[in-house]
Amino acid sequence: MRTVHQILEIAGRSVVRTFRQPAMIIPNITFPLLLLAINSNGLRAATHLPGFPTDSFLDFFIPIAFMQGALFASAVAGVDLARDIDNGFLNRLALTPMRSAALLLGQLGGAVALGTVQAAVYLAAGIAFGVRFKTGVAGALTLFILAILIALGFGGLGIFLALWTGSGEAVQSTFPLLFFLLFLSSMNLPRNLIEADWFRDVATANPVSYMIEAMRSLVISGWDTQALLLGFSFAFALIALALGLSAVSLKSRMART
Amino acid sequence: MVSPTRPSASEGGTNVKRRLDVALALSYRQVMVLIKNPSLFLPPMLFPLMNFIAFAGGLSKLRQVNGFEFAGGYTAFTFVFVLLQSAAFSGVFMGFNIARDFETGFARRLLIAAPHRSAIIGGYALSALLRWATVAVVLTVVALFAHMKIGGNGIDVVGLYTLAILVNITGLLWASGIALRFRSTQGSPLMQTPVFLTLFLAPVYVPIALLQGWIHTVAVYNPVTYLLTAGRGFISGDPSRVLLAYACGLGLVAFFAIWSFRGLKKAERAAA
Repeated sequence: MRTVHQILEIAGRSVVRTFRQPAMIIPNITFPLLLLAINSNGLRAATHLPGFPTDSFLDFFIPIAFMQGALFASAVAGVDLARDIDNGFLNRLALTPMRSAALLLGQLGGAVALGTVQAAVYLAAGIAFGVRFKTGVAGALTLFILAILIALGFGGLGIFLALWTGSGEAVQSTFPLLFFLLFLSSMNLPRNLIEADWFRDVATANPVSYMIEAMRSLVISGWDTQALLLGFSFAFALIALALGLSAVSLKSRMART
Repeated sequence: MVSPTRPSASEGGTNVKRRLDVALALSYRQVMVLIKNPSLFLPPMLFPLMNFIAFAGGLSKLRQVNGFEFAGGYTAFTFVFVLLQSAAFSGVFMGFNIARDFETGFARRLLIAAPHRSAIIGGYALSALLRWATVAVVLTVVALFAHMKIGGNGIDVVGLYTLAILVNITGLLWASGIALRFRSTQGSPLMQTPVFLTLFLAPVYVPIALLQGWIHTVAVYNPVTYLLTAGRGFISGDPSRVLLAYACGLGLVAFFAIWSFRGLKKAERAAA
């Protein structure tokens, strides 16, 4: 079987399994929407700060829904693979001529499919509730693509954590740490309006800030080449890092088994 | 199958005869479970800390918005919310443990062994309180390191932490009611989502006067708003609406105690 076919086989299984778990999928889709609804109103007062880039906090905050969706996708991907490790599926797969690359990329199928559905839902909900893209339809499409790439990157991180620890519980426990990356970014205020120096420095060093700012620029400031270059670069870097770490972990796990 | 008939409280030779013994034994077990499984303890510890750091560090500029009136500074303003949130979620996370105990069969054995079953809820409540106490200490230390201003005196501080205890008990009673009805961890989203929503539909980031639209209307009718207002009053040394807040807190405890004990009756019937 060619590698592409192997990837499609594993990806198909991953997608079906992901969407057969409504108890995991529905909260993952609805929770970021709820937070978007609450925070876009609860933090609306922030738009009165001098220098705030828009008068709609919904426009400002909508990229966070995409980021949270990507983080949830990482947990789903990680827990599913950890279950495969736990029940011996991965070991049985190791006895077949399946290539490592097919296994890694295929396992990401569920996370990418979930990320795509989430991105479509958040985009539709945002537009329905009044988000207007300064960059028009092309900008909305660009944001959609970037959101899927970010979901792919964080999904890869979930795969790495599963291969590294081999435990679904450990993946779940690490999940708050990934969320910490989001909390320590420019998610709630633009970096130039963050008052605490240490927090601004951390947010500036945090790649998640640039992913958010790339998506945000498409909504509130128009085509910003620098923001988009940084956002896409960090998304691709995350994908490369996650897949690289996953490949190393898979190799060492296969050697152990 | 052994029917979980209630043992007589007058039987000798057992150290679980009295309610307090049952509650203490159960809370001891829960503490041991947490010590041996840090993965169960870390999320309830990390989430409040993450929220506190993100809010106090990232949103402090909000105090410059016109109409933001709070004497204690933004760190203290945020601290009160995060303290109450941590209290509520320590209770909710204990609900997960109750559900897990039903899945493993431990809870059924507990129903057989305990002569005073109401003490089972008491034991879990004590465990939730101990768990939250640890989180509260860490959170308070971090807040003090972050130069949080405490304008209130000792009595005010006790008032604040007492409010948080009421929230902790409420969170546990709500989550235990769900756990005792579902008897499965599949009920976990139902335990935490309403609590999360109720907490965040209060004036979390700015005073209620600065909220606009539907969230202002919801916040006015949300009891958490009054707990937050009183808590923030305590920490800034300007207590306000204290009686209303305590009435809300005690009312929530009373209401959810009925909810939880009715859940216990359902669990007993299901196990019989």
